[in-house]
Amino acid sequence: MRRLGWCAALLVLTTAAPVEAARIGEIADWNFGSQAARFFSLQDPSVRYALAGSMLLGLCCGLMGAFLVVRKLALMGDALSHAVLPGVALGFLWGMTKNPVAIFAGAVGAGLLGAVVVQWIRATTKHREDAALGFVLSSFFGVGIVLFTMIQNLPGGAKSGLDGFMFGQAAALGPEDVWLLAGVTVLALGAVGLFYKEYVLTSFDEGFARSLGWPVKLYHYSLMLLLAFAIVSALQAVGVVLVSAMLVIPAAAAFLLTDRMGAMLAWSAGFGMLAGAAGAFFSFTGRSLPTGPFMVLAAAGLFVLALLFAPRHGMVGRLWRRRSRAARIRRENTLKAIYHVMEDGGFREEVVAVGDVAARRRETEAGARRGVAELQRAGLATEEGGRVAFTPEGWQRACEIVRNHRLWELYLTNAAQLAPDHVHDDAEVIEHMLGDETVRRLERRLNYARRDPHGKLIPGLADLAAGAPPSGRAAGCAEKGAA
Amino acid sequence: MVQPWTEDFMVSFWIVVMGFLVVATCGLVGTYLLLRRMALVGDAISHSILFGLVVAFMIFRSGGTMVMFVAAVATGLLTVGIIEFIHRQSRVKTDAAICIAFTTLFAAGVVLLSVAEVKGPVHLDAECVLYGEIAFVPLDPAVEVFGLVLGPAPVVRIAGVLIGLLVLAAVFYKELLVTSFDPALAKSLGIRVGIWHYGLMAVLSIVIVSVFEAVGAILAVAMLVVPPMFAAQLSDRLPVRFALVFLHAALSSLVGYQLSVWLNCSPAGAMVVVGALLFLLAWAVTRPRRAALPDWTAPS
Repeated sequence: MRRLGWCAALLVLTTAAPVEAARIGEIADWNFGSQAARFFSLQDPSVRYALAGSMLLGLCCGLMGAFLVVRKLALMGDALSHAVLPGVALGFLWGMTKNPVAIFAGAVGAGLLGAVVVQWIRATTKHREDAALGFVLSSFFGVGIVLFTMIQNLPGGAKSGLDGFMFGQAAALGPEDVWLLAGVTVLALGAVGLFYKEYVLTSFDEGFARSLGWPVKLYHYSLMLLLAFAIVSALQAVGVVLVSAMLVIPAAAAFLLTDRMGAMLAWSAGFGMLAGAAGAFFSFTGRSLPTGPFMVLAAAGLFVLALLFAPRHGMVGRLWRRRSRAARIRRENTLKAIYHVMEDGGFREEVVAVGDVAARRRETEAGARRGVAELQRAGLATEEGGRVAFTPEGWQRACEIVRNHRLWELYLTNAAQLAPDHVHDDAEVIEHMLGDETVRRLERRLNYARRDPHGKLIPGLADLAAGAPPSGRAAGCAEKGAA
Repeated sequence: MVQPWTEDFMVSFWIVVMGFLVVATCGLVGTYLLLRRMALVGDAISHSILFGLVVAFMIFRSGGTMVMFVAAVATGLLTVGIIEFIHRQSRVKTDAAICIAFTTLFAAGVVLLSVAEVKGPVHLDAECVLYGEIAFVPLDPAVEVFGLVLGPAPVVRIAGVLIGLLVLAAVFYKELLVTSFDPALAKSLGIRVGIWHYGLMAVLSIVIVSVFEAVGAILAVAMLVVPPMFAAQLSDRLPVRFALVFLHAALSSLVGYQLSVWLNCSPAGAMVVVGALLFLLAWAVTRPRRAALPDWTAPS
């Protein structure tokens, strides 16, 4: 009886704007704080059911959704969630009551039929997957709408409360719905736990799984069955239209956070539960608004956070890494230019003019000064009166870059038989990326050569360790070599 | 069976005419969507358009056809933009990106709809989003031009859109054809593929918003997808497909309306059911010629 009441309230709220205004006027004493307190104290049984149900459905949808996302079946979830509608209506027609078992059975049957029809259209017509999914989604939904409107026009059908299935109302969840959700969740957890290896392999490398002789189709349809279970049990709380969001959005957020399937399942289930709880909370405190949309918005918020701040795949992290790499390459190019200017002067001077660096870099003096200022901030060089000098770290880094560049040029001419005048551009890129280990191997391979293809000296370990250009030392290695 | 026609001919007439125009208009755009394998982008835009309409009517309080069209185009392009943004900026695949974009916008639309009082030329509420209100179309005030009574406003609007669409399809027949079938060739011919893509999305948004009130968000997808599939099943030639779409529109609207009278159910839903049955019929008729028996061992 209470559920019918909720559904009637929802109907009034969502279908008739003037009536809604009157209602809000009535509940002028409505107060966010007291509603929130009621929610968090969990005294109200309807709050307990709504919260438990929402979190269970988030968990269940998150698990199934993770497989959908990695199998690139996200829109299959969308299609199936619409396709269950006629099954819901038929389940209701069975006894003209909202019998959870009949509705569950009808909806699962309709969902599986939808999955089969998608497969069938793809196999026997030239239509692609998108058309097949669109067909199942919309025509099944059409059948559902026909049945729903028939039920509403039947005697006693107007108060069927089936509208709750459209946008979802977690507050309408009763104990039997929560038990159903719990059962489905346990089933999904059990299936994924028992056949984890099989599901992961068929998801990522179907061809290999088939070559092992595994029944790939069986795994596919068992996953579709679990998916139908998850969709149907979530209908009451999220509604037909938005179930697919609870399947896909938490899983997509998890997909951005990790590269491992196990971790992704955990994140996805966690996000789903979080979104479910948030949806139940907002729906409860916000004048009993429909739950589904709030859950979806909460999940979308989590997705946006993941999209921005995921450590490896997030946009902010990527942008930061790209910018810091660009800054490092800029610094290293300036260091190299200073080195070249010094080298051209035979390392007689320990300092070089910023103007010479600018000429070497083929840029304006202001640009060179900015570059030098960046070096100063990084503690790689000092500047006074338009003249730059390396710090010990700066000298070492400059030597490394020049060494990388020249080693690579030598390697390309020796090993790849490139002409010496073709190797510079390539070395210009690779010099910033070579790690210590690669450099050691290059040196070994080139027999610790001292000169690059253009006859320039390759800075060695002694130069690196010296901490200053040869002019600052009594007898520089580089100068000795040059002599 | 003939009672609705004898009793109140004009009501039945306008419902069937509206149904025909809706299916024909959607089917025309849908034909190009099907060729471009973008059927589900139609699904996405038809959901997210709710958000655009609610926001537009909250801003402008009331608005005419132009507000509606501008809101629709903006939302449609926003949806496509979000999908492309997610796809480009992260490793999330397009299918998941589509799902994320439209469900989020739809959810935002439903929330706004339930907290704000929305009044506009389109009567928006939850029922309309789901079922469509094609049965109320004859009740809309009639449009008069130079003293000539044309018909209810939504019918006139969708008829205008259909005529505009036919003109566009005729004028830009070659460009649409080549960008749909062979984007690489189009590029080499100097046709800006991107512009045609976004142009089609804008037209799609206008079509969806014009039919939104009559058939709702989800049944609009059926109108976009099913008639072109029916036509593609029977012919490979584009002009023939257009003709078949019109045939499909006429049959599904007329038979669908009769079905809805008979079953006492939503006319829009019944038209979709008849449309789907027509596709199944075409499928059954042509299957032996087009493909071998279903390959049950095919990878899923």
